[in-house]
Amino acid sequence: MHYVAVSLAMLLIGTAGLLTRRNIVIILMSIELILNAVNINLVAFSKHHGNAAGQVFAIFVIAVAVAEAAVGLGILLALFRNRETVQVDEVDLLKW
Amino acid sequence: MNLEALFFYAFTTLALGGATLAITRRSAVHAAISLMVSLLGVAGLYLLLHAEFLFVAQIILYIGGILLLFLFVIMLVNLDAGRGLRQFHQRWPLGAAVTAIAGVAFAILWSRVQLPPTQQMPDAGNVELVADTLLQDYLVPFEVVSLLLLVAVVGSVLLARKRA
Amino acid sequence: MNFLDTLWLIPMFPLLGAALMMLLGRHQFLDPQMKNSSVGHHHHHDRGHDQDLRPRQGPRWLIGPLCSGFVLLSFLWSLGAVFAGRSEQVLFTWVAGLPFPAFDGRMVTLTADWGYLLDPLSAVMILMVTGIGFLIHVYSIAYMAHDGGLYRYFGCLNLFVFFMLVLVMANNYLLLFVGWEGVGLASYLLIGFYFKRKPASDAAIKAFLMNRLGDAGYLMALFFLLSIFGTVRFTEMQAAPHPLLPWATLLLLAAAIGKSAQIPLFTWLPDAMEGPTPVSALMHAATMVTAGVYLIVRAEPFFRLTPEVGSLTAAIGAASAVIAASIALVQHDIKKVLAYSTVSQLGLMFMALGVGAYWAALFHVVTHSFFKAQLFLGAGSVIHALDGEQDLRLMGGLRHQMPQTFRTMFIGTLALAGWPGLAGYFSKDSILTSAWVASPVLFGAGLFTALLTAFYMGRLLFLTFFGPYRGDQNIHESPKRMTVPLWVLSIGSIGAGWFGTPFAGWLGATPEPHSWAIMVASAVVAVAGLGIAYHFYLRRPGTADRWEEGVAPVARLLRARWYFDDLYELIFVRGLARQGGDWLSAWDRRVVDGGVNGAGWLARKAGDISKWSDTWIVDGAVNLTAISVKLSSFPVRYLQTGLAQGYAFLIVLSLAAMAGWYLLRSA
Repeated sequence: MHYVAVSLAMLLIGTAGLLTRRNIVIILMSIELILNAVNINLVAFSKHHGNAAGQVFAIFVIAVAVAEAAVGLGILLALFRNRETVQVDEVDLLKW
Repeated sequence: MNLEALFFYAFTTLALGGATLAITRRSAVHAAISLMVSLLGVAGLYLLLHAEFLFVAQIILYIGGILLLFLFVIMLVNLDAGRGLRQFHQRWPLGAAVTAIAGVAFAILWSRVQLPPTQQMPDAGNVELVADTLLQDYLVPFEVVSLLLLVAVVGSVLLARKRA
Repeated sequence: MNFLDTLWLIPMFPLLGAALMMLLGRHQFLDPQMKNSSVGHHHHHDRGHDQDLRPRQGPRWLIGPLCSGFVLLSFLWSLGAVFAGRSEQVLFTWVAGLPFPAFDGRMVTLTADWGYLLDPLSAVMILMVTGIGFLIHVYSIAYMAHDGGLYRYFGCLNLFVFFMLVLVMANNYLLLFVGWEGVGLASYLLIGFYFKRKPASDAAIKAFLMNRLGDAGYLMALFFLLSIFGTVRFTEMQAAPHPLLPWATLLLLAAAIGKSAQIPLFTWLPDAMEGPTPVSALMHAATMVTAGVYLIVRAEPFFRLTPEVGSLTAAIGAASAVIAASIALVQHDIKKVLAYSTVSQLGLMFMALGVGAYWAALFHVVTHSFFKAQLFLGAGSVIHALDGEQDLRLMGGLRHQMPQTFRTMFIGTLALAGWPGLAGYFSKDSILTSAWVASPVLFGAGLFTALLTAFYMGRLLFLTFFGPYRGDQNIHESPKRMTVPLWVLSIGSIGAGWFGTPFAGWLGATPEPHSWAIMVASAVVAVAGLGIAYHFYLRRPGTADRWEEGVAPVARLLRARWYFDDLYELIFVRGLARQGGDWLSAWDRRVVDGGVNGAGWLARKAGDISKWSDTWIVDGAVNLTAISVKLSSFPVRYLQTGLAQGYAFLIVLSLAAMAGWYLLRSA
């Protein structure tokens, strides 16, 4: 089951990108990577177990990812209009 | 080495390489294109796993939808103008380390897992199988997801609206 | 009139006079137009114009006769009492029973009463004190007529007579001490009568201080006697040998030395001549200085039992006699000659006491008081006539202008010198006889003293009344009120000697049989002394000076008064007083001021500490609060950065942690 290894690797890459980059868009992309990693995992196990439940779940994940990307980018746009920046460490409004 | 393994490694390279590139590019557009490459690789992996429907869905939805959205937004906020600024976080080794630790932990965990024996997939077309499972066993989540998509649409429109 | 029952009146009369003077005198008798009394006779008269605000109210002429009258009353009363017999009268209980631990551990009670005793000894004394006192009072009326502050003078004089009478009439040692101190006080007041002159006030203090040393000895002697006998009353003390008795008599001797101006406490007497001359006559010739002799005679039973103290007494007496007489040889002041002469004669009396011839000493007290008082009053007359001049070198040939004075002084000089037939001859003879029996050395000292006495008295007489007049003043004879007492005293000088024999019987002692050899020897010495003086000062006037050059070191010693005064000055005045003053001022500067400065420094330091405490403690507490909040919030602060990535980090971290924990659990 090397597919799980691939899934793990992609998960790690995505997490690293999430924790490391300053640009919000890149961070969002990293999130997509993480979601894809999860999908790979699901599909691999679907094949292993011989039913389509995993693939159905993957479809749901994709749908959620779409929704999340849309909303996230909308937030980014709103943020950009307000703060003129897309560097994530300059946006610390959640401090209090 | 059989063909399947070859294709596996090729698609894996695309996926992982694209992913790595995506997170390390300075320019946002480059990162987006790399992401596209990665997504293509992932789609190929789906194909190898006999999930044809997902293969197509991935390409259409992810690449043609989400990635395009990303590109639009990148163009919209003129993200490349911030190319001169520092790209990586000030404490990026910390994040990398934590990720590595987590990875190591998971790897060790995975190595101890004992899988049950492989089971054969029912002999039908993938799409029919997916459709059957989706619309019979998981109908309710299906409808909820559509509701979720509705909410997302409304939300993103609201968020992105220019305050007049 | 029962004189014995009213014995207490004798001292009361002069006390009344003193009280009247002291209480009323300033109001009634202060006379602004009189010369400033505090300056005295040493300067030529200058009628000062002190503008005193109080007008003269009472008659000034009343003071003198009034006070003299009081003394006369005392005298008459004494006469009556003496011839009435022997008696003792207690007035009231004064100190009732004060418990006092004696030396051997038992408790004795000190009981003393204010009582008078009239026995032969005190009878002699009161007659002498009141008699001569009266004469001197009369003399003073004229002598002090020009002085201001007359009420003060007579008041103190009466006070003195009172205390002297208390002293000699007391029936116990404690009351005697009252009189003892009282005469010391009166002496101080009268010596310092001209208090505005510094030498006078210094002399008064000197006299009082030296007396005080003797008084300390008296007090210790009193306690010793109390311990030994359990009582201080004369009539109750039975003489018996006791180990502590020598201490008592020794201390009594010390007291007598102070009061009677013997070595080493004699230097105050010459300085006491700063007082008015009648005062010198009364106190420092006839009465006060004889109080020491009286004390020892009173304590005679005890002295008999302590022969070693007696020897000391005789030695001191002999030394004083010779040394004082030698100093008298070179004095230029007429009063100082007489003062040293008094010390010398007192020395003879002490010598007699030392060898046990108590009645001989008392005899000499009486005769000496007559002629010494007369000599002092005569000198006063001379001084008065010369308007304050006292230096012998500026006198001379006064016998022509002052015949009365001259004749009386002539008699007095002969009496003092011991001319056969006059009073001094007999009393001195008794002393010499007793001395010869006791020790040839003492006899030799006594004889030598007699020689010197004759010589310096002759010198005084010749320099004053004979030869050319070396001064520059108008001279007149003194008024009757001064000359009459002089004549009265002369009678005493002549006749008192013949009382010698009945004296002894009355006191209850047997005199030594007279030795013709001694009588002749003393007569020869007297005549020889006068003769030599005649030669030196009259016949060949320059002889004295040539002799002085010949024995220059001796002359220097004599003129420096054997350096006694210088020694005392060095030890006490410079040493104690000035050094003490320096030390005290240094103490004041360093310790007291140092303490004050230290307090100030302390206050400043306290302020600094307060400031430090404010900075570090108060502000520190505030800062500590802030820092502790900062420190304690340190880890928590990073949880809430507001950065989404941070939160993501935490999520991943916890994921890793969970995985790790799960791993470890299953491992």
